[in-house]
Order: sequence, then C-alpha cells, then structure tokens
Amino acid sequence: MPEIRVDGMLVNAAEGVSLAVALLSAGRTRFRTSLSGEPRAAVCGMGVCMECRVTIDGQPHRLACQVQVREGIEVRT
Amino acid sequence: MIVVVGAGPAGIAAALAVQECGKAVTVVDENPSAGGQIWRGDPTHRWVARFRAFNIPLISGVRVVWGYPAARTLVLEDAVGARRLAYDKLVVAVGSPEIFLPFPGWTLPGVFGAGGLQALVKSGLPVRGKNVVVAGTGPLLLAVAASLRKKGANIRLIAEQTPAALLWPFAKQLSGRASKLLQGIGLAWDLAGIPYAPASWVTAAQGDGRLQRIVLNRRGTLVTEDCDYLAVGFGLRPATELAAIMAGPDTIVAGTGDADLSLLEGRIAGYTAAGDLEKARGLEPERDQARTFAASIDRTFAVRDELRQLADSGTIICRCEDVPLGRLEGKTCFRDAKLHTRCGMGACQGRVCGPALEFLFGWHGASPRPPIFPARVGSLLSEG
Repeated sequence: MPEIRVDGMLVNAAEGVSLAVALLSAGRTRFRTSLSGEPRAAVCGMGVCMECRVTIDGQPHRLACQVQVREGIEVRT
Repeated sequence: MIVVVGAGPAGIAAALAVQECGKAVTVVDENPSAGGQIWRGDPTHRWVARFRAFNIPLISGVRVVWGYPAARTLVLEDAVGARRLAYDKLVVAVGSPEIFLPFPGWTLPGVFGAGGLQALVKSGLPVRGKNVVVAGTGPLLLAVAASLRKKGANIRLIAEQTPAALLWPFAKQLSGRASKLLQGIGLAWDLAGIPYAPASWVTAAQGDGRLQRIVLNRRGTLVTEDCDYLAVGFGLRPATELAAIMAGPDTIVAGTGDADLSLLEGRIAGYTAAGDLEKARGLEPERDQARTFAASIDRTFAVRDELRQLADSGTIICRCEDVPLGRLEGKTCFRDAKLHTRCGMGACQGRVCGPALEFLFGWHGASPRPPIFPARVGSLLSEG
C-alpha cells in the first residue's frame, strides 16, 4: 500500500487508486480552500471542474482526480 | 497519421475503424488508461478489450491544451512537460461532461456530480455503508444508483425532477428498443427496493464543512434527508472547446451523446478519417436513429423551471472565482459578467458555470480561446 504525506501527515492509500480517492478515503474533505475561504473537494471526478486542485511534490494546481497515487508523494491541500 | 483525441467509446470506435482500414492511428487521452468515463476501470469491457487486443498506440495521462489546425499540430501537456503531435487527420472524441446546476450548499465537500461520484467509485472510492442520495435528471441517475449500490452504498433515494407523467411514455418507448430494454431490465433488478421519486429535487445541501443532510422538494413537500454523499447531475453536454479551436477540413468531431450514439459516431469518424467514405455512409441511418432517440431523452428530461429559483443571492455560481448570484444581478450577458465579476474566468474556464448561466439567464459563453485548459507557459512556448 503506497504511503503518502498529506499536509505533513502520513496517509496510507489503496493500491492503484487516484489521489482524489486516497484523500476522500482518508476522510479528507478539504482539497483546496476557495477564494472566500470555503473548503472544496472533488466534484466531477473527471478533470473538468478543477475543484480537486492540490500541490503535488511542489507542483501546484495538479488535479487529484487525474493522478494515480505513488509511494512517497507529498501533497499539500 | 490519424490522431484520435479521447479514448472513450467514440475514440475507441474511431481508432478501431481507422486500423480496420489499414491506416496508422494514435490515440491521446488525459486519463491513465483507455475506456473514458463510462468504461473507466473496466478493462474487460468488450470495446476496451478490443482496443487493447489491437495494440493501438495510446498516449495516456496527457491533455491537449492547444493546437494549430492549419499546421495540423496539437500541443500536449503532461505532468512534467509538453510536446507537439502532428497529424494528417484529427478525430476529436473528447466526450460529454456532466451539467451541474447551482443550489444553496452545492459547493460543500460531499456533493458530487452523479457521473462524478460514479467515476470516483470506479477509481476505487469505497462507498460501502455510505448513505447516498442520487438526484438530478436523466437515465444516468439509474445507472449511477445501480453501480453505487453494487459497491455497498446505501442509496437513500433517487430524486428525479421529471414528473411521472413524462417518465411513463418514455419508459414505454424504451420497450421498442431491444438493447435498451435489456439494459432497463438489468437496472430494474439492481435497483429493486430503492425509492424512486419523480417530480422531486434537492433544494439545499447542508452541513458543517462537509455535506451532512439535504433538503428535498418531494412532489411539493420539503423533507430533510441525512446523507454522506449527494450525487447530483442534470445530464451530459458535449465538450466543444477542442472541436472549436481545431475546426477545419482535417478535423472530424465524434461522440456527442450516449455510448451507443458515440460508438456509431466514432466509427463513422474513423472511416471518414481513413478515407473509406462508403463504410462511413453505411452507418449513417443507424446513427440518425440513435440521434432521434437521444433527442427524445433530452426532451423528456428537460430541466423544469422551478430549478431556476433554487439559488439565492448568496449562492456561489462560479466556483472557481467564488462569484455569488447576487453579484450577477444587472449583468446583461456572460461577457458583461466576466468583465465585472470574473465569473467564468477561473481554472475551469466556465465549464461548470457556463451551462448553469445558460440555464439561469439564457447567456451563452464566448467562443473558446486557447489554451483550452490551464497550461504552463513553457508548454505554449515549447518547440518541436
């Protein structure tokens, strides 16, 4: 099971799932914070709505629903 | 070489048709594997298996962000870089995203698209024991409810905004189409015991930082339903951005409807791209029939006027720029709203709020400009 780090905390993800699935499975419901401060999470699941944007290994604006989890990635929400 | 963008039903059918004609084809798709949203995570599906069996080259995990129809070139971007891809003929088969309509609380985490939650579950999201309400309109709701239930979700209710008086004639019409009927019987079995409420819709989603309950207008009565997830969608609508910027004599567009129609359009596009016009023409009567059926679905499940009244002045309309309905008052068109509020100018580039504004105010979006997805500057400057 790939181990990833989300905002500094270790999260165990299931094998072969998308990052969005790994975050939701771990009970994380704030993928990003909207301009007015609201928590937002994945909506469309297919790379259209852009609500699941996170920073992966320092790269901002990656779509969690379109990325497979990999061992050791660092995610910032 | 013939390039197909999209590895869903239309793209797969197009690529197979090209290869059948003995021409070289490459498929480009933004997902990790072929199948599109409908067959995502189902490598055993007949069409996906055929696609793999024929070893058709697939460039996956990349997004087409720009292109030059006159130079017959696409600009592709992936996680690390960008490259250009030249083609002789281009088939655009990028599918149809879901339509979302705003209501109070629709931005809460836990509110998903209907197809959206299905896509996440197909990507491995566990829903066993979760209380889920499926709402919105269209036949997709049934398929979503059935597939979530198979994964152990507790489907509290399917709220279909279309009144029963329109649903019955539609169901009768289905019985005239063998394949649809078989699909319907299978679904009826999977859905047995799930409450199906016509003339019902979600008026609000509520919760502290995440969805905890919804308010439902159930045939005129407001009721509250506790739930973990809401899957809400108002039908599908073809993505037109890439087709618009790549329009030209060497571009063919396919896949503007359900899977059956998309397969037909894909095959026609593939034969056309490969130059076998006779084969393409031979499929047109069947395609026209499928289009007639798709149009009848659209008529039956047209969104009712009451849903225009759900959003209040504080309801966010543009989720990217957090523009509430109140700030759009007095604006005369989409462009006016963009210039004064940034509505539709965020990361999704109006893909979510565009159809909502069309429904609410009758506004139409401006024609798309490249890049059609947010892209790195380096990708746009890339050579070769």
